[in-house]
Amino acid sequence: MPARSPEALRLESPAAAERSGPAPGAKMSARGVSVYYGETAAVRNVDLDILRGDVTALIGPSGCGKSTLIRCFNRMNDDIPGCRVTGQIQLDGESIFGSGLDVVQLRARVGMVFQKPNPFPKSVYDNVAYGPRIHGLATRRSELDGIVETSLVRAGLWEEIKDRLQEPGTALSGGQQQRLCIARAIAVDPEVILMDEPCSALDPIATAKIEELIHELRGHYAIAIVTHNMQQAARVSQRTAFFHLGELVEYGPTAEIFTNPRVQRTSDYITGRYG
Amino acid sequence: MSERIPAARWSSEPMRRRLRRRHLVERRFRRLGLAAVGVALLALVTLLGSIVGNGWSAFVRTRIALEVFFDPALIGSLAEVPPAQREARASEVDWAALVRAALSRQFPDVSGRRDLRALVGLVSVGVRSELRSFVLADPALVGRTETLWVPAASDVDALVKGQLPRDAEAEGARLSAQELGWIAALEERGRLTRSFDWSFLTSGDSREAELAGVGGAIAGSLFILLVTLAVAFPLGVAAAVYLEEFAPHNRWTDLIEVNINNLAAVPSIVFGLLGLAVFLNAMALPRSAPIVGGLTLALMTLPTIIITGRSAIQAVPPSIREAARGLGASPLQVVGHHVLPLGLPGILTGTIIGMARALGETAPLLMIGMVAFVVDVPRGFADAATALPVQIYLWADTPERGFVEKVSGAIMVLLAFLILMNGTAIWLRQKFERRW
Repeated sequence: MPARSPEALRLESPAAAERSGPAPGAKMSARGVSVYYGETAAVRNVDLDILRGDVTALIGPSGCGKSTLIRCFNRMNDDIPGCRVTGQIQLDGESIFGSGLDVVQLRARVGMVFQKPNPFPKSVYDNVAYGPRIHGLATRRSELDGIVETSLVRAGLWEEIKDRLQEPGTALSGGQQQRLCIARAIAVDPEVILMDEPCSALDPIATAKIEELIHELRGHYAIAIVTHNMQQAARVSQRTAFFHLGELVEYGPTAEIFTNPRVQRTSDYITGRYG
Repeated sequence: MSERIPAARWSSEPMRRRLRRRHLVERRFRRLGLAAVGVALLALVTLLGSIVGNGWSAFVRTRIALEVFFDPALIGSLAEVPPAQREARASEVDWAALVRAALSRQFPDVSGRRDLRALVGLVSVGVRSELRSFVLADPALVGRTETLWVPAASDVDALVKGQLPRDAEAEGARLSAQELGWIAALEERGRLTRSFDWSFLTSGDSREAELAGVGGAIAGSLFILLVTLAVAFPLGVAAAVYLEEFAPHNRWTDLIEVNINNLAAVPSIVFGLLGLAVFLNAMALPRSAPIVGGLTLALMTLPTIIITGRSAIQAVPPSIREAARGLGASPLQVVGHHVLPLGLPGILTGTIIGMARALGETAPLLMIGMVAFVVDVPRGFADAATALPVQIYLWADTPERGFVEKVSGAIMVLLAFLILMNGTAIWLRQKFERRW
């Protein structure tokens, strides 16, 4: 084990330290979050802020708990039997576990894009319109048409498929399917978008398109992205959190993490010594 | 222990022998498999062949042309009687006399009570009620002469179909030389034909083989299946959805699951006993009624639908559920908008197969009094009715010669329905099969 700086020790055992409040500009903030599958802790005592208008990348080797953590932000872990989340997560300063926020609304405000493109086996139009329909966001057909078009335009898909809106979403290519899923998430006007390795099933060209899209979306939403690809993290994110064995090892501006990590483990991972 | 793996000598004699043996074993296995398929096919062809060979004639009916004079002296003028009383009046008419008169005109030299009775015996006794309903439908017929093709008696029918010898002296002959002569004469004059006849499919059961049909049994089976479907489908799907999507996974749900699987394997007659105890004795529902048969078969079909429904729901990929939940769909919306529509083809396939099993089921129906001689085609869920397999069982139990072809004919109808239902299930599965 390499020697650790006092700074790193503090980060690795935040329970000992005084917890800070949400950072300025934080859209969502996690404080002391642990996730257990049965008796095993997959995520331990993590403090993390997702900032408005920024892309936050979560990196780390497989099994480090980054996907588990990101799924806490819209309570997708609720549906996994035996999974238990402790600690506090806030959206705009309000607890997402509190009675004031329904999980159905939380998921509309905090959208999610999954690892594997998972369009519904319905038409492109119905895929995008599904969210607005169940939340009653459009009262008239023309309004719904508008939402679908805007979402597809924002997802960079409109020009490619504006004449194929009635074709099944599953008939699109993998990259198009993933952008369709992003459009579907955008259509309910979320404030945060969580992306769980959105490019891991895509080829480099489709990946480049998604990354470009993340750049364009950045101003509108707070985005958190889990990725295995460190170049991708470096390219798309403004802030990076490095996880290892369920713990948050280091969190800071992307440029700093990649050029001047404070913790040895981060630098070992980034330079490819393990992971 | 040597350091190296010995080099394989692929062209050595033992190696070649081994290879030959392997090929030989494989050829032998293929031939065995082919033989097994052949035996199965042969059995199927024999079965179908004997059923169709015996049963086709059930769809063919021999008819005799009668020039019936609707004698006002015998019938009276029904047209003057108020419609409400016509039925009663018609019941008093000696319709057999009309038949006797018509046949006498064909064979003027036949006389004597005995010979005349034998002559009338050529046509089915059912002709009387046929004439009656004919006149009731159109009272203006009285006083006119009409050529009617009336069903022949069962023995005449069998003779024309070649099931009885055309020799009064031969073994197994049931018709006298005189009767054979009349039949030959009728055939010569073109007054005796046999042709395909829908009446086997539309008429109810009868004591007279030539009049008996599966219409009543088809209607009974249809009513039973409707009740079964209406009860078992919603209950089964609801149970499958609840167990798969909402129920916690604990000891209780495990116990329920084991019990459902066990219920699917319970012999059907046990469900009959249950139906007898619950629906007839405890709830006092009408005996022999399709509603009771349907409810009993619904109990039997329910586990099948639940099990196939659960596996169809399980086959819906979790990513679809996740996508819907991630958009903020409530659990019921996830099920209603995604899981059920995607699982429906599988659920429907299982339901149809369960229905097909219910259609072919006899034992539970015996326990609830559906093994009954029912002449009238049932018109509702509470009418006395029987079902196709029960009808087959009843006819197979009848000693009369004429019912042999009816049994095979009814089996053909039952098989046709089963093939239709299973075909629909396969078609549904292929049409809606999705690949993710």
